[in-house]
Amino acid sequence: MNLDFTQMTPYIPYMLEGIWVTLKFVAVALVIGALIGTMLALFKISGPAPLRAFAIAYTSIFRGTPLILQLMLIYFAVPQLTGYDITPFLSAITAFGLNSAAYISEIIRAGIQAVDKGQLEAAQALGVPYRAMMKDIILPQAFKNILPALMNEVITLTKESALVSTIGYLDLMRRAQVVGASMYRQFEPLLFVGLIYWVLVMILTLIGRKIERRLKASDIR
Amino acid sequence: MISVKGLVKSFGDLEVLKGISTEVDAGQVIAIIGPSGSGKSTFLRCLNKLEEPTGGTVDIAGFDITDKKTDIRAARQEIGMVFQHFHLFPHLTVLGNLTYAPMKVKGETKAQAEEKARTLLKRVGLSEKADSYPASLSGGQKQRVAIARALAMEPKLMLFDEPTSALDPEMVKEVLDVMKDLAKSGMTMIVVTHEMGFAREVADRVLFLDQGKLVEEGTPDEFFGNPKTDRARDFLEKVL
Ligand SMILES: Nc1ncnc2c1ncn2[C@@H]1O[C@H](COP(=O)(O)OP(=O)(O)OP(=O)(O)O)[C@@H](O)[C@H]1O
Ligand SMILES: [Mg+2]
Repeated sequence: MNLDFTQMTPYIPYMLEGIWVTLKFVAVALVIGALIGTMLALFKISGPAPLRAFAIAYTSIFRGTPLILQLMLIYFAVPQLTGYDITPFLSAITAFGLNSAAYISEIIRAGIQAVDKGQLEAAQALGVPYRAMMKDIILPQAFKNILPALMNEVITLTKESALVSTIGYLDLMRRAQVVGASMYRQFEPLLFVGLIYWVLVMILTLIGRKIERRLKASDIR
Repeated sequence: MISVKGLVKSFGDLEVLKGISTEVDAGQVIAIIGPSGSGKSTFLRCLNKLEEPTGGTVDIAGFDITDKKTDIRAARQEIGMVFQHFHLFPHLTVLGNLTYAPMKVKGETKAQAEEKARTLLKRVGLSEKADSYPASLSGGQKQRVAIARALAMEPKLMLFDEPTSALDPEMVKEVLDVMKDLAKSGMTMIVVTHEMGFAREVADRVLFLDQGKLVEEGTPDEFFGNPKTDRARDFLEKVL
C-alpha cells in the first residue's frame, strides 16, 4: 500500500474550510438543542400533565430512532409534504437540534434532580417564588452537574455531524468524499479529515476537563 | 398564633398523623418530642405546608393554610424554618444566604438587607464569617447561619426540626444557646428535639407524639416529673 499525500495538497484549503462549516452547524444545532432541551426538562420536572407527557414522548421518539433516519425524514419528507424545498443546512440544524434537545433535556433533568431536595424546601420555606428559586438557587447548582455531561454531548454531536454528508451538506466529511472522487484516491482525504475530527474532539475534551476542574475547585472554596 | 384542629396526614395508605389538635399562643416555646417515626417532622412540615395536610385545619400567623385560596408564600414569610441538615445555599456566601430572600421576596434594598444581616450575624456570633461560603463552616456555625437566615425574614414564629441532631456533641451547645436567646427575646418557637435538657429548661409546654397521635401535653415539670401515660413513661425511661 502506498500513501501519497502530495496529490492532495491543492485540495487542502477546500477541506479545511469544512471545519468552519461543520462547527457552524454544530453550534447552531447546539443552541437550538439547548433552548428546546431546557424547556423539555422543565416540562418533565414541573410541567402540567399534558406537557410532561409530551416531553417524555418527544424524548423517547428522538432517542429511540436513528439520527440518520430523522435527518432523511426532514430532508426528504418536508419537500414532499409541504412543497417547501428545504436546504441541506436547514435540514441539518433542524434534525440535529431536535435530536440533541432530547438528549440535553435528559442531561438537564438529571442535573436538576440531583440537587438536594433540601435546597428546594429551604427556598420554599422562605417564601421564594418558583421562578426565582429555579433561577437563583436550583439551576446554578444543577449547572455543576450539567456542564460536564453537556460537554460530552457537544463531542458526540461534533462526531455525529458527519452524517449530514449523506444529504449533500458540504461539511468536513462530505468534502473529503468530494476530493476523493476528483483525484480517484479516497484514502488520503479520509485520513486527513479523520485527523481533523480527532483534533477537534481533543480540544473539546481538554476544554471540558478544564471546566470540570474549575467546578470542582469552587466546591471547596 | 397557631391553632391546629384534627390534623390528619397520610402518605398513600400510611396515615402518619391521626387527628392532632393543639393551640399555641404568641411568645410560647413548644417542644415536640417522641420516638422516631412518630410523625414529629411531618407535623412540623404541615405547619408551613411543606407537606399538604390530608385533613383538618391549620391556622398559623393569621393564615388559614388549609384554605386553598390562602397565599401560601405570604404565610411562609411569617414562618421561619430551621432544618436538621441546615440546607444553606452552597453557592452563596453567608451574607448572600441571609440577604437573598429579604431582597427577592420582600423587596428590601441590598443596603437594608445587608445591614440587617450583619446585625443578625453578630447576634449569632458569626460576624467574621459574612463573606465565607457555607462549605468552610463547621456544623454548629452552619446551623447558626441557618437560624439567622430564617430570622432575616422577620418571621412571627420559628419552626425547628431537630436543629442539633446532625451536629457533633461539642457544637450542640452553641446552637442551643442561640435558640435560648431567641426564646428569651419572645419569639414563638416550635422545636422538635431530642434534647430533653433544652425542652425542660426552655419550653413552656411539651407535646409528646407517638404513632401519629398527640398522646400527652403539659408543662415540662408535669411531663418530665409526672408523665400521665404509660407510653410517655416508657419513652422517658429510654431517653433519660
Ligand atoms: N414523604 C414521605 N412519604 C412516605 N412516607 C413518609 C414520608 N415522610 C415521612 N413518612 C413516614 O411517616 C412517618 C413519620 O415520619 P416523620 O419523619 O414525621 O417521623 P419523625 O417523628 O420526625 O421521626 P424522626 O425522629 O426519625 O425524625 C414515618 O413512618 C415515615 O416513614
Ligand atoms: Mg424527623
